[in-house]
Amino acid sequence: MKRRTLLASGVAAATLAMAGLPALAQDKTKVGFVYVGPVGDGGWTYEHDKGRQAVEAEFGDAVETVFVESVPEGPDAVRVMQQMALDGADLIFTTSFGYMDQTLEVAAKFPDVKFEHATGFKTADNVGIYSARFYEGRAVQGHIAGNLTKSNIIGYIGSFPIPEVVRGINAAYLAAKAVNPDVEFKIVWAYTWFDPAKEAEAANVLIEQGADVVLQHTDSTAPQAAAQAAGNVYTFGQASDMAEYGPMPRVSSIIDNWAPYYIARTKAVMDGTWESDSTWDGIGAGMVGIGEITDAVPADVKASAEALRDAIAAGEIHPFTGPVNKQDGSVWLADGETADDGTLLGMNFYVEGIEGDIPQ
Amino acid sequence: MDLSAINPILLLASLMVAATPILLAAIGELVVERAGVLNLGVEGMMITGAICGFIIAVATGSPWLGFIGAAIGGAMLSLLFGVLTQFLLSNQVATGLALTLFGLGLSALMGQGYLGIRAPSFPDWHIPLLGDIPVIGPIVFQHDPMVYIGLLIVASVWFFLNRTRGGLILRAVGENHDAAHALGYHVRRTRMLAIMFGGACAGLGGAYLSLVRVPQWTEGMTAGAGWIALAIVVFASWKPGRLVLGAYLFGGVTVLQLNLQAAGVAVPVEYLSMSPYLATIAVLVIMSAGRAPGSLGRIFHAAR
Repeated sequence: MKRRTLLASGVAAATLAMAGLPALAQDKTKVGFVYVGPVGDGGWTYEHDKGRQAVEAEFGDAVETVFVESVPEGPDAVRVMQQMALDGADLIFTTSFGYMDQTLEVAAKFPDVKFEHATGFKTADNVGIYSARFYEGRAVQGHIAGNLTKSNIIGYIGSFPIPEVVRGINAAYLAAKAVNPDVEFKIVWAYTWFDPAKEAEAANVLIEQGADVVLQHTDSTAPQAAAQAAGNVYTFGQASDMAEYGPMPRVSSIIDNWAPYYIARTKAVMDGTWESDSTWDGIGAGMVGIGEITDAVPADVKASAEALRDAIAAGEIHPFTGPVNKQDGSVWLADGETADDGTLLGMNFYVEGIEGDIPQ
Repeated sequence: MDLSAINPILLLASLMVAATPILLAAIGELVVERAGVLNLGVEGMMITGAICGFIIAVATGSPWLGFIGAAIGGAMLSLLFGVLTQFLLSNQVATGLALTLFGLGLSALMGQGYLGIRAPSFPDWHIPLLGDIPVIGPIVFQHDPMVYIGLLIVASVWFFLNRTRGGLILRAVGENHDAAHALGYHVRRTRMLAIMFGGACAGLGGAYLSLVRVPQWTEGMTAGAGWIALAIVVFASWKPGRLVLGAYLFGGVTVLQLNLQAAGVAVPVEYLSMSPYLATIAVLVIMSAGRAPGSLGRIFHAAR
């Protein structure tokens, strides 16, 4: 074959391939998911992946989903998102706070691809944000924890000192303080979302220092196992039910339920009605679920916790209702005032009574 | 800040437990390096041991069988390294790094069906009499058996290296493999055995994480413990006694850091997590007497 014909046929083949690809891609709506941990973490990523499976179950052959797990937060995430967009994804869910700037960066390069970033606060024309009001669930946990603790020391395993986590600590503390004025919070920052060895270590340290209730904002079940080994320590499932650790140490849980949202947004892309939005739903809308409260909790506490849950769901009680002071004693919320979403989304202070500083 | 919240007895006790996985992995690597081989695949062998041990412990219900399986798993992986570096004469650094990456992937594959499952429990030994001594009892004599087995292995390695003929040969091979070969010692055979011992120990260290510390399986659960083990070997200047000191020091830092945080002392985590490596560098500078084995990392070929 002459070189010229070879070149010509090569060009022809390439043109054909390029013309063919978009036509094929139109058939199915492709939805990508970027996960921060492995899908088997039993917590955060596990629930997101259940949402992805729900999308597949809902639309069947009309959609194709892809996911990449254990993507580090930071610059490396750009590579993953970019590849997904190049592979023809129409909608990409980036499911961790640390992907925020990377999502915007990639979104700017692919204006036709829709992005949804979880738990962040920056949007663009093709970037929507969504999160759940986990602090509502934290208030229920705090209520139970404040009632259960005998040492009056509640341990808290924080992941990163970001508003999301600080908000959870404050909500849990206020609810615990309301039922037990002597309660004290010990907070350990693990600086990871998912590192079972480190999380187990953190739980052990808190237990050694007297905590008999341990709350976690990290994603693995390791703290549950540590509490179980220690014996008389209560824990709560994080992100997923973690029911396999019930009835002790896990006495309740916060369950993330992303499936309805993922289905709705995928539908919007299929219908061409997708628009950038900011969704922040709580117990009432079903995005946050409270796992079954086990019999290890006294019946009256269980009843009052369920009443609190229902009142929050109905919008009768806001977990951040004044009077509430900031840690330094200055007034944050006057009597009867409730916190606005702006302050909550950027929360970077402890409320009065919590000791220690938020690492910067 | 409330330092009194830190119970020194519990701190020291948890230090012994925290140090055990890196101690086990490091003592294996020490023997390997004394034989003149640099195996950077400790992390990969640890995590492979972690999943092998976990699978077998879950299948049989016996943590002891799990540990044996972990040792075999780690040794099998190190055998791969041994064949590549000793018989096919590949570069030890590159092969070791590849072994780490391979081990991480292999373990993730093997562990697919084992996420979220609990390991059979491995109870602590409450050693009668000794465990009842105030202060020392809870610190030293109330742990699970693997803590003591780890120390026993270190003591045996010391005895083997310094008091037996086999140890002398192993050291000779590590110091100058040409001379050892000229004397009629089997350089390859010695090194293969050392490599397999190293793999078995790393496997035990990994299984300690998946069966005792955490105790469940998660991908990437060793989280850099293998690299710390490598640093400890250098820190200890290839001597078993100092290795124990190093492991407790390095293991202690992680425990101490969390304890300080819970007590309300705001020490930036970054300082504490880099401190083991800073200590290693400092020790290297100060104790330049701690010389590496002469043939460390060099390829041996009888005809050259």
